[in-house]
Amino acid sequence: MHRTGELYGQFETLEQQKESATLGMWIFLVTEILFFGGIFLTYAVNRHLYFTAFGVGGNMLDLRLGTINTVVLIASSFTMAMSVWSAQTSQKKWLPIFLVLTLVLGFVFLGIKYVEYKQKFDHHLIPGHAFDLTYRMNHPAPGDDPKELASERKEIEEALATEDPGNPQGGLVALNSHAQLYFSLYFGMTGLHALHMVVGAGLLIWVIKGSLKGRFSASYNTPIEVVGLYWHFIDIVWIYLFALLYLINRHLG
Amino acid sequence: MSNTPPTPDELPHKHYLNATYGSGIRSWLLTTDHKRIALLYLASVTVFFFIGGVFATMIRIHLLTPRGALVTPETYNKLFTMHGVAMIFFFLIPSIPAVFGNFLIPLMIGAKDLAFPKINLLSWYIYLIGGCFVLYSFGTGGLDTGWTFYTPLSSVYSNSAVTPAVIGIFINGFSSILTGLNFIVTIHTMRAPGMTWFRLPLFVWAHYATSLVMILGTPVVAITLLLAGLERMFHLGFFNPALGGDPILFQHLFWFYSHPAVYIMILPSMGVVSEIIPTFARKPIFGYSFIAGSSIAIAVIGFLVWAHHMFVTGESAYAALTFSFLSYLVAIPSAVKVFNWTSTLYKGSISWDPPMIYALGFIGLFVIGGLTGLFLACLGLDIHIHDTYFVVAHFHYIMVGGAVMGYVGGLHFWWPKITGRLYPRSLSRFAAIILFIGFNLTFFPQFILGYLGMPRRYHTYPPEFQVLNVLSTAGASILALGYLLPMSYLIWSMRYGKVAGPNPWPATGLEWKTDSPPLTENFEVTPEVTWEPYDFKSRPDLGLETGAPLPAPAHGDD
Amino acid sequence: MSEHIVSPKLYVVILFALMLGTFLTVAAAVRDFGPWNIVIALAIATGKATLVILYFMHARYSPKRTQLVIVCSIFWLAILLALTATDYMTRSQRESQIAPPSIFYRA
Repeated sequence: MHRTGELYGQFETLEQQKESATLGMWIFLVTEILFFGGIFLTYAVNRHLYFTAFGVGGNMLDLRLGTINTVVLIASSFTMAMSVWSAQTSQKKWLPIFLVLTLVLGFVFLGIKYVEYKQKFDHHLIPGHAFDLTYRMNHPAPGDDPKELASERKEIEEALATEDPGNPQGGLVALNSHAQLYFSLYFGMTGLHALHMVVGAGLLIWVIKGSLKGRFSASYNTPIEVVGLYWHFIDIVWIYLFALLYLINRHLG
Repeated sequence: MSNTPPTPDELPHKHYLNATYGSGIRSWLLTTDHKRIALLYLASVTVFFFIGGVFATMIRIHLLTPRGALVTPETYNKLFTMHGVAMIFFFLIPSIPAVFGNFLIPLMIGAKDLAFPKINLLSWYIYLIGGCFVLYSFGTGGLDTGWTFYTPLSSVYSNSAVTPAVIGIFINGFSSILTGLNFIVTIHTMRAPGMTWFRLPLFVWAHYATSLVMILGTPVVAITLLLAGLERMFHLGFFNPALGGDPILFQHLFWFYSHPAVYIMILPSMGVVSEIIPTFARKPIFGYSFIAGSSIAIAVIGFLVWAHHMFVTGESAYAALTFSFLSYLVAIPSAVKVFNWTSTLYKGSISWDPPMIYALGFIGLFVIGGLTGLFLACLGLDIHIHDTYFVVAHFHYIMVGGAVMGYVGGLHFWWPKITGRLYPRSLSRFAAIILFIGFNLTFFPQFILGYLGMPRRYHTYPPEFQVLNVLSTAGASILALGYLLPMSYLIWSMRYGKVAGPNPWPATGLEWKTDSPPLTENFEVTPEVTWEPYDFKSRPDLGLETGAPLPAPAHGDD
Repeated sequence: MSEHIVSPKLYVVILFALMLGTFLTVAAAVRDFGPWNIVIALAIATGKATLVILYFMHARYSPKRTQLVIVCSIFWLAILLALTATDYMTRSQRESQIAPPSIFYRA
């Protein structure tokens, strides 16, 4: 670990060092934008081809949990920004508090994600041999809302009519197949996002340790700023994921 | 008499090669010195060049007879795939940036090192790990999908070791990304006082443009290979038509990177040529700002043309039209460079040193390769020559006749700086000619073969094509000699070559003001730049000024 | 280089704006606006992202170079999406008929 504000050998001034670190993180975020961009394109193309199945799949996500997660992540972005402010104004007492709050909110997000994934597992919505879009409506659990189940059943029946017209057996196979595409992308995109959050949590733990030792202040706060940039980027990816995965066909549900 | 400082009799006392911090091998494997990392890369890319070369040799031997002389059809598929993967991802893409970019960029801009030296070392280790995965794939059944990994063959039906290869290339992509990131930040923030953007050597401009392509394109192929790998492992359906997926989507995503990737391979080489030509024509480069701008233009326009690889695979006709038009546009900045290099040669004082021979070879072969690219951009013509040896010849003219010649030429140009030694002049010029002859004999017949209809990636061909194939294989053996000769005498020169001194050619870049080999920290005092680039008339500090006779380039014993 | 320090008050304002945006986007999603639903959802998402980039990530107060980096990355993502769309949006009905999986599976 490096001491506060030490100049690394290849730089001439501390300002050059800070400028390089910040520019470096922004360029890394550019690579992340293109990385997620590829899977967003895959999503867009497949949604264009199979909007019915994607609508059905989207309505099976838990909107409440998704909204709570969005609120949690936005709040964590706020606490992260406040951490940067604390470092910039040398508030050595507030800095670890805001950083820990950010980390806690991150863990809440991941916890809710786990609950959602478990729900999908229980409803046979993990792509693979056991995938069955109709599982939940055919096997209602005691705690399920009957209105919700009824609208799901209606939606699936409408979808079956359009998927493979004239071939009732084929319709279910086609719908399951295309819905599996949706859920593959759901798990792929949110899984990739969650992985980035785990890395972010690791980075937060690293700077929390440093902040508890009093290493950051107005004269040296580059790691906080750079971790902040990464964390806000993850928030932005989620903002788009929420819109594209959870909100697309709610109006038809 | 000129003011060139006399060539010393021995190497400087302290330099980056004999600086030891810690024990010998640890000081190399844990180094953060950009110059040592460059040499680590030099060794690794040479190993992969050999591996790719072995596969190429086997391909050419196999194609000596129409029914195939060496291997089974399944093995032939593996040969051309592994040749492509090894050469493209593990030789061509890293070569000049990771070896010469790493070594020279800090020297050329007057910095002590790159912006992130530890990330530089990490880049090399990531490259090695990716390479290990790919070698594991080669060794446990090989790869038979073509280097392009088209789905659903790669993601569903192939029985070869696709998954480790895809993981290896995914990991290797991060090496590329981190190198590009390092270069961009370094060039923005670490330039010495007085080194403004338009005083930068064109080599640096070329690497800046290359780095833009690296960071914008590589992440897309990373996610693409990740999705294809997941599809293979978990039977998902993104690119598999049986499950509703679209194979063309894979191709869009794949080529979004892989077309700009070819610009990653050629731009650095063009940067090398832009350094060599003015030096051995003793003239400032013609149209500096146009060459700089054309590098950026190639990087940008290069991202707009990818679907010209998909004209006949199933994209819509309207998309094909759009991409054909854009593909013609991308030729323009390359042409600008060729005109400017030629104008630099005009009325120059040419000296026929080995780097110059390679650079001139580059220009000629790149023009042929580039013009045949225009043939391929034409929709009507592409229907006939797509997936034939015409395409194979086209890209080998650019990648071998262009990129590799630039690499070898750069090796000859900067070898004295890297090692402090010169190499035998006559032998090296002979080797350059051998390379040129061998190359043309190998690949020119392939243009004819493709035009006559011989398909690529086929293990057999109709008997009437045998003569041209035999010519091509004969050429390949001469080409191999053209590579083995420099490897031999360059290694020989490290011990027995004549001492070079700081500026044997002489050239005008900042790197030539340091010792050969340079100190670990490059400059004892941070330089301050007050001169324009390639100014052979007013550089008294290098012994070059108006009125003084031009010094002849130093050369090793013949 | 003087560092512009954003005040916590502004951060709180942005926080409320983002929460408002979240509320609006969910409210709009459960109502039927036909083809406009997706437009509204993406527009609000882009608005929220812009606020995060400008204020939480300090892009508004960053050097021009950083702003250029951000604009370029969005531009390149747009190239990827738009030029691929030239293929998918111009395929005829017949071309884009991918055989339903019933051909390959038994139900």
